[in-house]
Amino acid sequence: MELDLDAHLADAEKAAAAASTEADVRALSAEYLGKKSQLKAAKKQLGALDPDERRSAGLRLNDAIERLETLFEHRGSQLADEARRSQLEAERLDLTELLHPIERGHLHLVTQARDRLEDVFVGMGYEVAEGPEVETAWYNFEALNIPEWHPARGSFDTIFVDLGEPESVMLRSHTSPVQIRTMEVQEPPIYIVAPGRTFRTDTADATHLPAFNQIEGLVIDRGITLGDLAGTIDTFVHAFFGGEVRSRLRPSYFPFTEPSAEFDISRPDGSWLELGGCGMVHPNVLRNCGIDPDRWQGFAFGFGIDRLAVMRYQLDDIRELVNNDVRFLRQF
Amino acid sequence: MKVLLSWLQEFAPDIGGDVDDLGDTLSALGLAVEDTEVMGEGLEGIVLAEVLDLRPHPNADRIQLVDVDAGDGQALQVCCGAFNMTVGDLIPFAPIGTVMPNGMEIARRKMRDEWSNGMCCSAQELGLGHDHDGIMILTDEAAGTDLGTPIVDVLGLQHDVLWDLEVNANRPDALSVAGVARDLAAGLGVPFAFPEPPEPSRCEGAGLVRVELLDPTLGGRFLAQALQGVTPGASPAWMASRLRALGQRPINRIVDISNYVMLELGQPNHTYDLAKVPEGHLRVRRAVEGETLITLDGVERTLTRTDGVIADIHDRAIGIAGVMGGASTEISDDTTDVLLEMAWWDPPSISRSVRRLQLRSEASARYQRGADWGLNMERAMARFVQLIADTGAQAVGPLVDERGDTPDRSPIRVRPARINGLLGTGLDGEEMAGHLRSIGFEATPVDDQLDVTIPTWRWDTNTETDVAEEVARMYGYANIVRTVPRGEVAGGLTTYQQARRQVRDVLVGAGCDETFPMPFLAPGDLARCGLPDDGIGLSNPLVAEESVLRTSLLPGQLKAIAYNQSHRSGPVRLFEIGHVYLPSGPDQELPDEREQLAVALSDGGAHDAVAVLEVLADALALPNLRLTATEAPAMHPTRTAQVMVAGQTRGVVGEVDPRVSELFGVSGRVGWFELDLGATLDGPRGNRRYRPVSKHPSSDIDLAFVVSDEVPAAEVAGQIRKAAGSLLVDLVLFDVFRGATIEAGHRSLAYRLRFQAADRTLTDDEVGERRAAVIEGVRDALDAALR
Repeated sequence: MELDLDAHLADAEKAAAAASTEADVRALSAEYLGKKSQLKAAKKQLGALDPDERRSAGLRLNDAIERLETLFEHRGSQLADEARRSQLEAERLDLTELLHPIERGHLHLVTQARDRLEDVFVGMGYEVAEGPEVETAWYNFEALNIPEWHPARGSFDTIFVDLGEPESVMLRSHTSPVQIRTMEVQEPPIYIVAPGRTFRTDTADATHLPAFNQIEGLVIDRGITLGDLAGTIDTFVHAFFGGEVRSRLRPSYFPFTEPSAEFDISRPDGSWLELGGCGMVHPNVLRNCGIDPDRWQGFAFGFGIDRLAVMRYQLDDIRELVNNDVRFLRQF
Repeated sequence: MKVLLSWLQEFAPDIGGDVDDLGDTLSALGLAVEDTEVMGEGLEGIVLAEVLDLRPHPNADRIQLVDVDAGDGQALQVCCGAFNMTVGDLIPFAPIGTVMPNGMEIARRKMRDEWSNGMCCSAQELGLGHDHDGIMILTDEAAGTDLGTPIVDVLGLQHDVLWDLEVNANRPDALSVAGVARDLAAGLGVPFAFPEPPEPSRCEGAGLVRVELLDPTLGGRFLAQALQGVTPGASPAWMASRLRALGQRPINRIVDISNYVMLELGQPNHTYDLAKVPEGHLRVRRAVEGETLITLDGVERTLTRTDGVIADIHDRAIGIAGVMGGASTEISDDTTDVLLEMAWWDPPSISRSVRRLQLRSEASARYQRGADWGLNMERAMARFVQLIADTGAQAVGPLVDERGDTPDRSPIRVRPARINGLLGTGLDGEEMAGHLRSIGFEATPVDDQLDVTIPTWRWDTNTETDVAEEVARMYGYANIVRTVPRGEVAGGLTTYQQARRQVRDVLVGAGCDETFPMPFLAPGDLARCGLPDDGIGLSNPLVAEESVLRTSLLPGQLKAIAYNQSHRSGPVRLFEIGHVYLPSGPDQELPDEREQLAVALSDGGAHDAVAVLEVLADALALPNLRLTATEAPAMHPTRTAQVMVAGQTRGVVGEVDPRVSELFGVSGRVGWFELDLGATLDGPRGNRRYRPVSKHPSSDIDLAFVVSDEVPAAEVAGQIRKAAGSLLVDLVLFDVFRGATIEAGHRSLAYRLRFQAADRTLTDDEVGERRAAVIEGVRDALDAALR
């Protein structure tokens, strides 16, 4: 029996078109191309034909097999695509229906400001030094050239603690004791900044806190000048506030520096904002730390950290920094 | 210190120009301008008026009706909110149509149905001072002046500028008009000179005054002068208005002249009623311990040996040196003869008295900083006598001038090279000398150095560095070339500081918000936590609720949680890195201060706290983290563990005792851990080693053990690890089950074990052997059955 290849192929095409799953296609493939298929049977019968006819019949059969293979493969992958598509369609998701957002925590505003300051000074070659918050009169005052009778002592509004003799132990009223502690143990050259908490008897209100944060800088090296101080302040101001912000020094007075200065930064309207105090380390301070003022010179500067945060975000009440209200903390 | 431009010009007539430029020059000299006020402008319409009648407003309590005569003899009715006038008073009056200095125009208007035909003015409304207590009363100053006279003429006002300057503690000279003028003149490069006062009319006569300066370390100089023929009365208007501008309320001639001389020349002075000083004899000495006197303010003061006193001939104290006079010799309306004192006191002595007695005054502020012990004292004396001569009084007898110890003012040798080396300048000696001479220093070149004589009005200035500062100030800080030091030091954070930042980052990643409570507690906070109530107290706390230093971060965190719960902020995860201050041994000066880390979770309990702790320990590579059940103050008795790192206790983890939470107003469980951060980060940590990732497949087995509740899961895991050996690469507790099918007091712990070898694929037999070994090991060690 001669297989009508054209009709057979037409049947197969019809059946493939009717198939609705990949499994149907696999069944058709078995039916048309499997061991028991008519094509395989026809192939086995080729041997009975004479050589000439065998060759042409063989070619036709192979052609038919190839065409069917292509047909099923094509139809199979088409159905697979459709199945995948409908599967994905069934998975359609509204991405804004978020039930469990990830809550990130927040670094405190003061930490953010302090880290930025530290980074700027580290970039300028400084190390970060720290010290205790409860201090003796030696570190907080005397070593800083503020003797017991000095009128400046009153201006520090010191909070004393009930230890030792009255007024002998206190919450440090500035970060300057860290200068002394550093110079006592470290040989120059010294390039440090000392950030940390400081305390004054300031009643808490919108612009004051009894506990606040300062950062102090100290450089002790050979041949350090007031010009170096002015240049360092300027470099810092550019790095921290931006290249367009200018700085200036004005003569001032601190017992632990001489010459002393206040430093201001320029505001966009051309006016000046007082940022902090600075000066050349007083020879008495160096001597108190066992450093020879004829061999080493240096400068120190200091300013408030909290105020920078207050300025940057225009906070109208500095008490937010210690209220620990998450509605505040989570804004930054 | 406030100064008036017109007053400065009496010493340096060429001071002038743009007001803002002058302010900038003052600031650049270190006399920071805090406030600038242009005075005497816009007062053209204000005239002198007399109060004719005062009567209540029929419809208002807070205002009254005033009839004034503004010079035309007619009674004008005015509604006025001040009540400090009496009939016959002379006042500044703004008639209808006047434009006030603040721009407001005075119009005829009705106030509660009564007409007001102008305005009675306060000093503040006229821009003549900050006294806003009521209408400016000129009854004494303007006596005899025609009504209707412009007020600028009555008060001798001219266009003027008032600066409020911040004067630093090293600038006693700048606490005077003359001193500011000297600096400003030098800054502007214009001449400065003291006007020569006319030779005072002096009545030669026997000495009415004697002074014994018994302690030369207390009083460096003591000038005394008898004055006779003093009559009470008001100061002239020009003096009163200057005093008012500088913040002093005019009182009477003597007091006003005393203040005027102090403000002008910086020399404090004191007046005694000579009749009340027996024999006009003063003894200047240190106080005797416990000595008392009643000061001018009527308060009895008890003195100590560090105070200085002025005593009378009977050695009774009649004044505290440099601080306050005594009540017994106070000037009164009957005073005719006055003993005038001008002294120079040892600044530390005055500072001690001021601090101990809490008595600050304009005079003590000058003495504390170091007044001028030189010629200025005679000048001030002459000025006082000159001013009081206008009242008919005169000096009688010689000026008494007793001298004690004053600072040495021999020239000091300074090295211009050294000063340049400090400032970063390149000035030669002559340039430096010029800057110094401009403010009254003497400077003489000696070879390549300078001999500098520091003036007596600069008590605080003694050294080469002090002189360098003056050179810098006069050269101008703005002119100093800016450089940056080129140190050979590499900056950076310490490993501790780096790790502390990492702690913060990990906790932020774990959803915790960083808090920053103040480190003060209320008395009882620690006791409420069940912690030892041994917090160190503050000697001078601002409020009782903040009077104890914390020994734990717990109270602050509980308050923060309570605060947020009360504001309905939902569950919070908080952390803090801060200091605690533990009492230390008796031989320690300072507390045992430590940096601690606390984490407080109001959205979960002990397990959540452990989870955060473990992720932190992993990030920091803390070796051998172990949790051992324990009881600790403030902590839940059955949900707390000690945190051990490498065998050392570093803190506690668990839940806060619900009773403690309740006492702080916190609802729900609080997961908590607190670590000694310093010890934790400085202890062993961070020793990570690379293990090659195996290329061979792994095998998992699940095992569930029924274990007594007494046995911690960590111990079961430990036994599993021990029995499984090195092929166990992962161990996870994936289920905990308690229920009817499990023996009471026990629970089932289900673990997934992953085995893997680095060099081969494990056979089923190998895995089987391990499994059997684990089951046996756990069973034998912990009496735990496989479920």
